[in-house]
Amino acid sequence: MTLLSIEGLRTVFRTDQGDVTAVDGVDLSVARGRTLGIVGESGCGKSVLSLSVMRLIAPPGRIAAGRVMFDGRDLLSLSSAEMRALRGNRIGMIFQEPMTSLNPVFTVGEQLTEAMRAHDRRASAAELRRRAVAALDRVRIPAAARRVDDYPHQMSGGMRQRVMIAMALACGPDLVIADEPTTALDVTVQAQILDLLRELQQQSGMAIILITHDLGVVAEMADEVAVMYAGRVVERAAGAAVFDDPQHPYTIGLLGSIPRIEETRDSLLAIEGAVPAPFALPQGCRFHPRCAFAGPDCTEAQPPLLEIAPAHQAACIHAPVEAFAG
Amino acid sequence: MTAPLLEVENLSRHYAVRRGLILPRRVGTVRAVDGVSFTLARGETLALVGESGCGKSTTARLVLRLVEPTTGTVRFQGEDITDLQGEPLRKLRRRMQIVFQDPFASLNPRMTVGAILEEPLIVHGLGDAAHRRARVEELLGLVGLASFHAQRYPHEFSGGQRQRIGIARALAVEPALIVCDEPVSALDVSIQAQVVNLLEDLQRRLGLSYLFIAHDLAVVKHVADRVAVMYLGQIVEIAPKDALFADPRHPYTRTLLAAIPRPDPHRERHDPVAGGDMPSPMAPPDGCRFHTRCPFVVERCKREVPALRPWAAGHLTACHRAEDLPAMETARAASLAPAAAKRLALYEARRGRVAAGAG
Repeated sequence: MTLLSIEGLRTVFRTDQGDVTAVDGVDLSVARGRTLGIVGESGCGKSVLSLSVMRLIAPPGRIAAGRVMFDGRDLLSLSSAEMRALRGNRIGMIFQEPMTSLNPVFTVGEQLTEAMRAHDRRASAAELRRRAVAALDRVRIPAAARRVDDYPHQMSGGMRQRVMIAMALACGPDLVIADEPTTALDVTVQAQILDLLRELQQQSGMAIILITHDLGVVAEMADEVAVMYAGRVVERAAGAAVFDDPQHPYTIGLLGSIPRIEETRDSLLAIEGAVPAPFALPQGCRFHPRCAFAGPDCTEAQPPLLEIAPAHQAACIHAPVEAFAG
Repeated sequence: MTAPLLEVENLSRHYAVRRGLILPRRVGTVRAVDGVSFTLARGETLALVGESGCGKSTTARLVLRLVEPTTGTVRFQGEDITDLQGEPLRKLRRRMQIVFQDPFASLNPRMTVGAILEEPLIVHGLGDAAHRRARVEELLGLVGLASFHAQRYPHEFSGGQRQRIGIARALAVEPALIVCDEPVSALDVSIQAQVVNLLEDLQRRLGLSYLFIAHDLAVVKHVADRVAVMYLGQIVEIAPKDALFADPRHPYTRTLLAAIPRPDPHRERHDPVAGGDMPSPMAPPDGCRFHTRCPFVVERCKREVPALRPWAAGHLTACHRAEDLPAMETARAASLAPAAAKRLALYEARRGRVAAGAG
């Protein structure tokens, strides 16, 4: 059952160089108990997309078009108060930087109960504290009853990210948006946190939107994957299909760029060039200046996201590339 | 056999931890680097890998004499440089350079790229103005930038281009050794691959030696000839790259390898990785420092410090139980599906055209 569906979302920022469309006509959805992975490089719009869903876009940014249907209601039409009641309650968010997302002058217990208090005005202080300890226990913080009185600086990076997850899950959300949740962590800690997220999802049946630049993390976590480039979704498919049957040249390029442990290739297949500046986007397909499969027809119009195979969409007029190149 | 370019012996750096504002007293010691030895040959790449706080960056800074060692010696081209001071040290700096992790913080925003690249030449008194200008142009070409880029400021460049500038600056004085301190970890994957390829290409052309600091074993697999794995200030395993990845003989190396998320959705779930966090370097565990997280721990590991001992040719490990570790499961060779492999091959064949068009 679809829990969240994003339809034609467009988020624009007003800048000195003119309007910048950070997210340009994105359609995505995620069902309960499933994980949607959104992959892309810096500046592709993946974080702005997640902030748009949470309605956390501040001026000079604004959501210019689209709908965000969450459990039958359009989030974009809710009042600020209604939105506040959802945030942290039914939709949780985990940010990248566990160092900067926690307040250094309050204990983790105080920060956890603050979030709970906001959505439950009647609970007693003792009851909230009990719940905070339980929340820390759930994310496997050892000696939670004692750790609840720790300040963030007394914890390691992995521990702090566990606290962030505990906060996001404190009110039992239906949807968690995790924006690069493990990027700042060491690999062994990253593996622990990903295991934890997967396990908590199995327990609670929450939906996860996982935003990351790491194709390895996506392969391990995501049921469905959306690849973003310059503000648009260029490919969308089931998790395995993106790796086994990549259709968009950008996806193919990303797969060629990553160094792999189980492979001995001499040099990596880097994608030439750089992501275009958002106020100087190329005509037509935004990837064509860097694309190995581009032709003159690629500059004519922005290619729509078309069904290439069942449940597999790509925005490339030359897909599948072997037919074009052959 | 010629002497190695760099020989590091029993290198340590301890930091005193003091408490108290008026009468500070020493309450402990952080052993950031604790008895590290390795060599680096000419034209070779040695990677130092490990997680945050393992001492890999401090080791690199000790080698460069940016941090003073507590004990140990560093020999460069056969000469003991541990106590070098003044003019000889300054001369030495020409021979060893560094590329930093963060291309946004390591370039002066008020200087043009030309001035940034010229500065090391001025500092070391190399050539006159005309010669320096020519050298700047040559350097820009070497790292794949154009000569008109010399007039621009760092903020006008993308992260990948900035890292190229950082590399060009390191190359300016024709060093023999470049310490690369996480040179690609701040970059996007597609750009990361460009910089990795550039570093390899420069090494082939200029015969450079790299001391490559990284936490990403997949990147290391690509660039290194040999790999040293560090944990809590010590090298726990050092081996030629292929031996280390095919037959790691230290449980921590295995933990690191198991923890890397693979871009392969069909791979079975990895074994549970070692739990817990790295212990504080102020109070490292007795015996083997990894014993608190090690799945193979026995009583002996808690008491007795394991020595770094030879396992095979050029392969050393510091584990009491190296013999008892099971053989590594052989990784599935072809991890790519046929459709993906076919398209990647096509992509590789056609990629040259874009490069030609852009250049």
